[in-house]
Amino acid sequence: MNGTAKTNEMSGALPLVSIAAPDKNVLDHIHAWLVTVDHKKLGLMYIMYGLFFFVVAGIEVGLIRIQLAVPNNHFLTPQVFNQLFTMHGTTMVFLVGMPLIFGFANYLVPLMIGARDLAFPRLNAFGFWLSVFGGLLLYFSFIGGEGMTGAGSAPDVGWFAYAPLTGRAFSKGHSTDYWTLGIMVGGFGSIATAANIITTILCMRCPGMTLTKMPLLVWLNLIMCGMVLVTISPLTAAQIMLLLDRFVGSHFFDTQAGGSATLWMHFFWIFGHPEVYILVIPAFAIASEVIPVFSRKAIFGYPVMVGATIAIAFVSMSVWAHHMFTIGMTSTGNTFFVVSTMMISVPTGIKIFNWLGTMWGGKLRFDTPMLFGIAFVFHLLIMGLTGVMLAAAPFNWQLNDSYFVIAHFHYVLVGAIVFMIFGGIYYWFPKATGRLLNERLGKWHFWLFLIGFHLTFDTMHIPGVLGMPRRIYTYEAGRGWEILNLICTLGMAVQSVATLVFVWNIVSSIFKGRRAGADPWDAWTLEWATSSPPPEYNFAEIPIVKSRRPLWDIKHPTDPDWKYE
Amino acid sequence: MNAATATDSLNPDGGWTPSKGVVGMTCLIIAESAIFTIFVVAYLFYLGKSQNGPRPQQVLELPILNSICLLSSSVTITFAVHALRKGDTKRFNLWWLVTIALGAYFLFGTGREWQHLIRDEGLTIQTNLFGTTFYSLVGLHASHVVVGLLALLMVMAFALAGSVKQEHAERAHVLSLYWHFVDVVWIVVFTVVYIIGR
Amino acid sequence: MPVAFQIALFLACLRVVRRFIVDSFLRSTRPSRKEQIMGKIMLLILAQQRLFAGEKVDSTLVPSIFAPESVPAHSIAHLADFVLAITGVIFVVVASLLVYAVVRFRRRADDDDTEPAQIYGSGPVEAAWTIVPILIVVVLTLTTARVIHEIQDARQPAGALEVQVIGHQWWWEFRYPRLGIVTANELHVPVSRGEVRRPTFLDLRSADVVHSFWVPRLAGKTDLIPNKINSMWIEPERIGLFLGQCAKYCGTQHAKMLLRVYVDTPEDFDRWVREQEKTAEKDPSVAAGRLVFEQTACINCHVIKGTVANGRFGPDLTHLMSRDTLASGALSNSPQELRAWIKSPDQCKPGALMPAMNLKDADLDLLVGYLTTLK
Repeated sequence: MNGTAKTNEMSGALPLVSIAAPDKNVLDHIHAWLVTVDHKKLGLMYIMYGLFFFVVAGIEVGLIRIQLAVPNNHFLTPQVFNQLFTMHGTTMVFLVGMPLIFGFANYLVPLMIGARDLAFPRLNAFGFWLSVFGGLLLYFSFIGGEGMTGAGSAPDVGWFAYAPLTGRAFSKGHSTDYWTLGIMVGGFGSIATAANIITTILCMRCPGMTLTKMPLLVWLNLIMCGMVLVTISPLTAAQIMLLLDRFVGSHFFDTQAGGSATLWMHFFWIFGHPEVYILVIPAFAIASEVIPVFSRKAIFGYPVMVGATIAIAFVSMSVWAHHMFTIGMTSTGNTFFVVSTMMISVPTGIKIFNWLGTMWGGKLRFDTPMLFGIAFVFHLLIMGLTGVMLAAAPFNWQLNDSYFVIAHFHYVLVGAIVFMIFGGIYYWFPKATGRLLNERLGKWHFWLFLIGFHLTFDTMHIPGVLGMPRRIYTYEAGRGWEILNLICTLGMAVQSVATLVFVWNIVSSIFKGRRAGADPWDAWTLEWATSSPPPEYNFAEIPIVKSRRPLWDIKHPTDPDWKYE
Repeated sequence: MNAATATDSLNPDGGWTPSKGVVGMTCLIIAESAIFTIFVVAYLFYLGKSQNGPRPQQVLELPILNSICLLSSSVTITFAVHALRKGDTKRFNLWWLVTIALGAYFLFGTGREWQHLIRDEGLTIQTNLFGTTFYSLVGLHASHVVVGLLALLMVMAFALAGSVKQEHAERAHVLSLYWHFVDVVWIVVFTVVYIIGR
Repeated sequence: MPVAFQIALFLACLRVVRRFIVDSFLRSTRPSRKEQIMGKIMLLILAQQRLFAGEKVDSTLVPSIFAPESVPAHSIAHLADFVLAITGVIFVVVASLLVYAVVRFRRRADDDDTEPAQIYGSGPVEAAWTIVPILIVVVLTLTTARVIHEIQDARQPAGALEVQVIGHQWWWEFRYPRLGIVTANELHVPVSRGEVRRPTFLDLRSADVVHSFWVPRLAGKTDLIPNKINSMWIEPERIGLFLGQCAKYCGTQHAKMLLRVYVDTPEDFDRWVREQEKTAEKDPSVAAGRLVFEQTACINCHVIKGTVANGRFGPDLTHLMSRDTLASGALSNSPQELRAWIKSPDQCKPGALMPAMNLKDADLDLLVGYLTTLK
């Protein structure tokens, strides 16, 4: 068989027009989506769910920033403000971050390994609907309880819900219960989906795709899912303990009866720190697919990238108390966590250098996915360096719980993760829908968002250094924080406009976008070997691969990867 | 890159690929182990820190019979799976039933122990830190036994209706992994609560 | 910085910024990325400069961690400078490489569409950028460990002042056990100058939830955790007022749990102590107001030494008028604000745990009259 015939065969699609299917009306379509167990539909639903709550949490922080734009503002009452920052953090981590990463994994992993679906399709659907229910339960809190005029019973204890503030003595009403139950339910969904993805990757790779021949995205999602198994569970356990405290009167975190506030902190951060790596590793994964394609080079140092990520996964389990440098641990305890936290910068740095090495000597194309990818690397660098600053415990004693920390972690969450999610959406939108997103709008989106991001989060480091703590509904004039806060608010406005451009781009491109073929970016992994959008069964015939870049081998038969790997 | 036919084995590493059920169940076991670890840590952390009330040494007795029953149920479930792999559904039914009975006795024994502790020793989850950590850890384990028993009962029902055949041996094996996990957790809980803790 | 220079810089930035945004949309093939990134950086630097030029702030009150006036704060600032220097160098090196790569290896308009050489990795390169970071980490860790030990394991010298800090929702209780005084929200300590060191060692406890004591110019923050006693120390080397606030979310009014630390000369401090040790005067002209106080539930929450008021839930009021602020910094200490606070605490500090006492206006006036005599 010659090359072109193979390529045609490789599209693997039945004719895009269904032959004998009856006309479907809107209700049939909705029904199909509601009962689906197809990983592609579920993946897209996860992503839509995540993007929806991204906008919701963005509105929440918009209100926060308006309140903080000037000192001693009365735009929001303290009670509402405290609910908003709690919900903003909780929503962004659990209802935006986790669904988005599981959405991408769900959609891409089977396609990239040449499988037809995840290992347990019904469990997949179950996990998704559990997450949805958890989110709805959490948001019901706004109207549950006292109702809208009393601003409901939304959680107001911070996304980390420190004890004993969450005990019945200090948190009367049900706000904390909504927080606990909503997240716990979503957590079960996450564990189920993680187990599903791990099983898929270990058991369902196509012939020839050994573990060392999987795309990096698949490797990194495998590692991420492994982390989910041992990371979400500590939070679930702690939340069970909190529920027991609040409902049956146990004393886990009841300091009046000898319980320990620091125990909650340990349990929470044993979850909380690996959680941020769970959120960022899929961003690493997307970058590791986008950057090589738009640099026209294979990823630099594939085995090292895998090894570094595994190292990050393990070390991240040992750094949690760097969130607790101020609680009064011994100097030995503090020093241990300084060492482990600084150590994690080494594999992270290695990854940055490897992406740099991928770009080095390449032929960079600056399509929108790549713009987000380059910004991602730049932001990761800065984030890593402010992280090193925070790892130096005495420096941390000043910076902890200040706006410096907020700036640092938004560099990760927005600068790295959101940027790379955007990049991933621009990259795979054509695969999922058969249409390209508009490049011009994409560039507007990118530049506006970049400017807004830097306006807000570069500036935000400074109030922290000037002594402004977190989670305050207002602040005193005369401390030098006024104009800095105003700039942060302006940046937020710019980012909002950028997000609107993005939403408009998606909506208009679904209907009017330029048609994309199977492989609009000239890429190399298996998902580009099937039609856009892929048929429900993904591939007509399960492919056999010989290298990490099967499509490169087809396009370059005289110079295939498997000769060099 | 060629196309594979449908009958090609999906065996990319050329060697042994684990079954999906085993991998999936292993993932669940890993996650559950993490949850139990946190409760064990809480138990050990609060050892000796109760401000009042009955102490472990005063009220706890080694649940020997309970433990023997639960641990031997691991052996019997292995017999059951073996039998099913060989196609002997009658032996499977028998050993499966014995497993359920042993598990049920464990729960019954735990219930009796708790009744004694609550009624006679005045130890509840509210009493002190020992009560809090004891009931939550042992209770978490017992709830996992309950779930396991429910699953085993469902299989029993299918088996008695004649629907369980030799080709289902792998599934029974996967379920037995969960049951083994529950037993291993009991060994840990037993050691921590009744040996170290007293 | 001279205004003219700033304006010039601003206009230059504006030009660059305008050019690269406009160009990247009009010329869709090759925006000049080096200019773009340079322009961005300049804009950011400029924006940050503008902030300080525009504000009329009393800079001594700005609680900057880089304006330390106390021994532990100095140690931290020096460590911070060192860390910033190292991370600054790393940033410049890596960011330059990134910018260079983006500019040098971009696809040209006349590209022939062949793929570049595929390089899969390089052992020596990977080793280099593993070993160098490890060395940097070792250096940083050792330096950090030294400062941790220096601050945390400092021994309390003989002349040190001891203060017990108890955190409440949403105010600070300060007890000086050896001096027998109790006050709230405003801490007075002596300056430590000369040969005999006089640091202040603070014991931190909490009556309810987790709080955190943070006065950036004097020390890093330490948490107040119920059921746990933490300790920290400050050694101010300059007199003056230093601002801070609670730095651990503790509920509705976390934002208004403000701190004021007055570092006094030794003489001023001794004078302050002597005033605080006195019991409240029994001024006959405000006897009616004192009666209102003693007969209302105030005595259940507050202490006024010399009266029957013996409650520990709220702040000690014996020397209320010696403070500059009320309600932990939420209000200034004037009779009008005091009256408004007592009349309706929830209006002044929504969520505050002090209930409205529902006094008649006449009684309220008497009460305020009495309280304003508590110097």
